[in-house]
Amino acid sequence: MFCLFSNLKLQGTLQALFAGLLLGLLCLSPGSVWAQGKAFKDDMAERTRACTACHGEQGRAGPDGYYPRLAGKPAGYLFNQLKNFQEGRRHYNLMARMVDPLSDAYLQEIADHFAHLKLPYPPAVQATERISDRILKQGKKLALEGDSSRGIPACNTCHGTHLTGIQPNVPGLLGLPLDYLNAQLGAWQTLQRKATAPDCMSDIVKRLASEDLVAVATWLSTQNTPLSTAPSLKISAPLKAPWRCGSAPELSKAQS
Amino acid sequence: MFPVRFWRYFFLLWVVVAGLLGVAILIDNHRDLFESGSQALPQTSTASQNDTTLAENGKQLLQLGNCLTCHTARGGVTGAGGRAFETPFGKVYSSNITPDLKHGLGSWNAHDFWRALHFGKSKDGRLLTPVFPYQHTTLITREDSDALFAVLKSLEPTANLKPILKPSETLDWPYGTSTALAVWRSLFFTPGTYVQQVNQTPEWNRGAYIAQGLAHCAACHSERNAWGALAEVSDFSGGLMPVLNWYAPSLTSLQETGLASKSVAEIVRFLKSGQSGQALASGPMAEVVKHSTQHWRDEDLTAVSIYLQELALKVSRNEPKAPTNSDKKSQANTSPKVLSLGAKIYEKHCEQCHQNQGQGIPGAYPSLAKNRAVLLDDPTNLVQAVLYGGYPAATQLNPRPFGMPPFILTLDDREIAAVLTHLRTQWGNQVKEVTPLQVNRIRALQGP
Repeated sequence: MFCLFSNLKLQGTLQALFAGLLLGLLCLSPGSVWAQGKAFKDDMAERTRACTACHGEQGRAGPDGYYPRLAGKPAGYLFNQLKNFQEGRRHYNLMARMVDPLSDAYLQEIADHFAHLKLPYPPAVQATERISDRILKQGKKLALEGDSSRGIPACNTCHGTHLTGIQPNVPGLLGLPLDYLNAQLGAWQTLQRKATAPDCMSDIVKRLASEDLVAVATWLSTQNTPLSTAPSLKISAPLKAPWRCGSAPELSKAQS
Repeated sequence: MFPVRFWRYFFLLWVVVAGLLGVAILIDNHRDLFESGSQALPQTSTASQNDTTLAENGKQLLQLGNCLTCHTARGGVTGAGGRAFETPFGKVYSSNITPDLKHGLGSWNAHDFWRALHFGKSKDGRLLTPVFPYQHTTLITREDSDALFAVLKSLEPTANLKPILKPSETLDWPYGTSTALAVWRSLFFTPGTYVQQVNQTPEWNRGAYIAQGLAHCAACHSERNAWGALAEVSDFSGGLMPVLNWYAPSLTSLQETGLASKSVAEIVRFLKSGQSGQALASGPMAEVVKHSTQHWRDEDLTAVSIYLQELALKVSRNEPKAPTNSDKKSQANTSPKVLSLGAKIYEKHCEQCHQNQGQGIPGAYPSLAKNRAVLLDDPTNLVQAVLYGGYPAATQLNPRPFGMPPFILTLDDREIAAVLTHLRTQWGNQVKEVTPLQVNRIRALQGP
């Protein structure tokens, strides 16, 4: 009896394994239904084809190291970015033309769609050339401790203890390509990228030198994502006055 | 050869002619000052309208005219102006029409406002540039002008952080000078009113009044001359929009929008939802649908549709029927290499949505077979669509549209030309091929 039972169990496990393997093969094979998407299904994945063409399948990031990942980012953050393109706080003609005809309600739905996709992050890309320890040390210090002498808060004050972001408005900083991070920090510096006033990120970048920005971007891009990449659900400590963020007012809500 | 006296008279004659011309232009441009009893101009029937109905009417009129879309900068405060309009003559920024005392219309009265709409002149007498479509707004009745002014008065007064640059500062010399504007106006602008056509229904007249006046359809749907002027506000024969580089198709030709073959209900549906059958509002028309036509009252949509359809019917009766054979010939000339490249790209990038016979997916992706937008002689809109992709307007009737990816970074000019040639010569489509040079020119004219 016992033997039979264990046999059954073993059989079940084998079956499950086999089924999993088949499913995996189905997903991986280039001719699979999923990869080619031949069948039309009226869902958000279909409606966001225009997005995933550049941002990668399911918004897992583009192959060229520039188009950022969308999957799993906080919905409020994604929505704010779509509005920033529409209202001229971020400048990229292609994106502006894409979102111009859409309503707030639909932009929110698109943001929610990508925010709810849970995909594993790939390991951090290893830099092709050796990065000096000095740069990495400087980047790490800014990211985790900030610089009190210049009044610069650490990245993890707002972007989550593990830098995976905070719901609903603050994005994570890990798992992003170096080119993208550099381009964004550069855009904050030249006022090509802005957020709703009061624009805390702009104020922080203003206090940093270009070398600091490169250092922090380099360090961030070399870090592997932690086991749980989900954005934190709550703020560990409120943002200290006088810092306030128009796009994430909840950060400073507990300020007295 | 001639005696000195002759030259003296000759010169004098020219001075007199030039002087007379100058005086004529001056009078022509300031006819509002000479108009019989300009002060006594109907101080309107405002007495009969209370403020709420006035503002309610004004709101409708504001949407019919799509005024706030142009008078609002990207991300700016509604009505505070500052949106840039690129023209072949230089840039013009829209003005602040909020009731701000210094930057907007705060110090204006209803008569000043009517003078701007009707005569194309600012309160201070400055001649406005025709980027403000006063060839159209001149048709607006005094009553409607007052209602518009009342609702603008109710906007939040907003000062501009930086004063908006005047056309005289931003247009290329000499187009922004008052002399140039005065000459332009004498040549191309006459203040007018909409004259009711007695042999037409009130609905038709309402449609004509909206389409020619407030809605200023011909501002895009008609070719401008070398001086940027329209022939007629009722000319909807289509035109390439300069700088923006979209082709606004003819509203009267059977070949282009084919309104003569559509029902009034279909035209209404297009204006209200942004799509109807194969027709899809894209580019600047998507903006018009999103901000303006989807918010129109049904009776106004119907009136405009009736007017445009009747006009199209009238024009189509005089239009040559079938297209000539020259198109077929051009297809035969297309090299097989181009056709096979086009077919390959279509299969790789387009077929998944637009399907193997170009039939599309109803409700999601438009069919390309026999699609009027594909068959337009001018391929500009097709190239724009392939380069930038994009979404149709999200409207109440189509709140969650499907979109198209951009191909500006994936396909080169040769490939785009080939795939467009492919879809212009398949599934019964028989129109001219698109050349890589055409694609290149359109790509080069777009911003980054």
